[in-house]
Amino acid sequence: MDLILQQMPTVLKALNVGFLQTLKLFVATGLGAFPLGLVIAFGSMSRFKPLSLLTRFVVWVVRGTPLMIQLLIIYYFPGMVLKNNIWGSGEAGRFLASAIAFIFNYACYFSEIYRGGIQSIPKGQQEAGMVLGMTKSQIFFKVTLLQVIKRIVPPMSNEIITLVKDTALARIIALQEIIWAGQSFLKGSHGIAGAIWPLFFTAVYYLAFTGIVTLVLGRLEKRLDYFR
Amino acid sequence: MAILDVKDIRKTFGRTEVLKGISFSLDKGQVVSVIGSSGSGKTTLLRCLNFLETPDGGSIAVNGETLFDAADPATQREADIRRKRLHFGLVFQSFNLFPQYTALENVTLAGRLLAKEEPDYKARKKELFANIDGEARALLAQMGLSDRINNYPHQLSGGQQQRVAIARALALRPDILCFDEPTSALDPELTQEVLRVIRQLADRQTTMVIVTHEMAFARDVSTHVLFMDGGVVVESGPPEQVIGAPTQERTRRFLESFTRP
Ligand SMILES: Nc1ncnc2c1ncn2[C@@H]1O[C@H](COP(=O)(O)OP(=O)(O)O)[C@@H](O)[C@H]1O
Ligand SMILES: [Mg+2]
Repeated sequence: MDLILQQMPTVLKALNVGFLQTLKLFVATGLGAFPLGLVIAFGSMSRFKPLSLLTRFVVWVVRGTPLMIQLLIIYYFPGMVLKNNIWGSGEAGRFLASAIAFIFNYACYFSEIYRGGIQSIPKGQQEAGMVLGMTKSQIFFKVTLLQVIKRIVPPMSNEIITLVKDTALARIIALQEIIWAGQSFLKGSHGIAGAIWPLFFTAVYYLAFTGIVTLVLGRLEKRLDYFR
Repeated sequence: MAILDVKDIRKTFGRTEVLKGISFSLDKGQVVSVIGSSGSGKTTLLRCLNFLETPDGGSIAVNGETLFDAADPATQREADIRRKRLHFGLVFQSFNLFPQYTALENVTLAGRLLAKEEPDYKARKKELFANIDGEARALLAQMGLSDRINNYPHQLSGGQQQRVAIARALALRPDILCFDEPTSALDPELTQEVLRVIRQLADRQTTMVIVTHEMAFARDVSTHVLFMDGGVVVESGPPEQVIGAPTQERTRRFLESFTRP
């Protein structure tokens, strides 16, 4: 116990640095996947059959395979198969590869939620807008959107909580996120070696993070309680 | 001149011809009731008038202007449809109010969006919105809903929701207001309060096309009744004739289903 207390400042410092990378990946995935998911959702709902079939096939593949494998392919395929390592060897390249894998993967999950949400709005809402002389985009933004948001907040919350924890998968390509930071004290880092507790301790970070995210999303859900 | 002239409207879904040539015309201030059993094509007819469906044949003219002619592609441009819809209002069986807006906002929303198309919208925005707001309040008062303007749809009864929907349709001052079984989703007491406001509109010379199963109401509110069956108008004329003394066997059989419990 004394030893842990003694190691604590060093470990926390390193874990904080790792957590910052975790946080960055989380934010980047959110910023990228929210809009990309909408694009994919519209693609899968397109009346142009080849586009909707292709989109649904891609979504099926992405959702049907582990994100870990997608990460490995995106990171190693260019260098080891095409002999052109577009990612370079540094942390920046690993982050970019991770962000791309996460954005694409999560956009596919989000797109299915968006699609379900959009299709769950009764046709009568759109038609009411049409007979009132609204344009398509007015109907989407003024009538449909908020109703869709209200319906997708609960399933999106689940995905976002999962995303917090999924960021740990980037460890597989050695992104220096919090798991990587915790694990570094096993082999030895900052003068500490053979310590397993920092790795276990990372769970506290995740717990706090998911706690805050749950709180914020719960608030949003409440804010939309005023209508049905 | 007729305010509405519908000629030989035809509509086919897949292999079923749902409307097999419907024609009628309507003068300003007249009320036509459309009756007929379920599946006879009444909703499809209203949807064609409101450009929610494109007829396969026939024409629609309002105030002498041909809004749609199946034979004339120039009348079918996608870009013009939105504006053409404004000649008609439609009140749905299921109300279709926007749940995230209050009664007042439901009535003002479309008007505010249309105001953006006015010249010098920016400069006159305040004045335009004040007018829209004032008219919406007056309409809701006319519907007996003055004390409900800030309620959301889920806080209103079905009858109140339908009256908001009527105010919403009236707010854009359509030439012709269409109703698709406006009381079919309502309890008997709530039905009466909705029929009462429609009757008031008829007294104020509102031009209306009303699809309804309320025979007594159709009889005393309309200037004209169409009985539809299987996609055609079987019998039409003044209510005293079509409902009071039908000449067609099919009309008689349909009306009997209402008198028998
Ligand atoms: N979009 C559609 N696709 C296929 N068939 C339809 C469609 N809309 C209506 N129909 C069919 O057209 C017929 C008439 O329907 P409708 O106009 O709703 O009749 P009503 O309002 O008199 O009950 C019905 O048989 C219905 O199944
Ligand atoms: Mg119907």
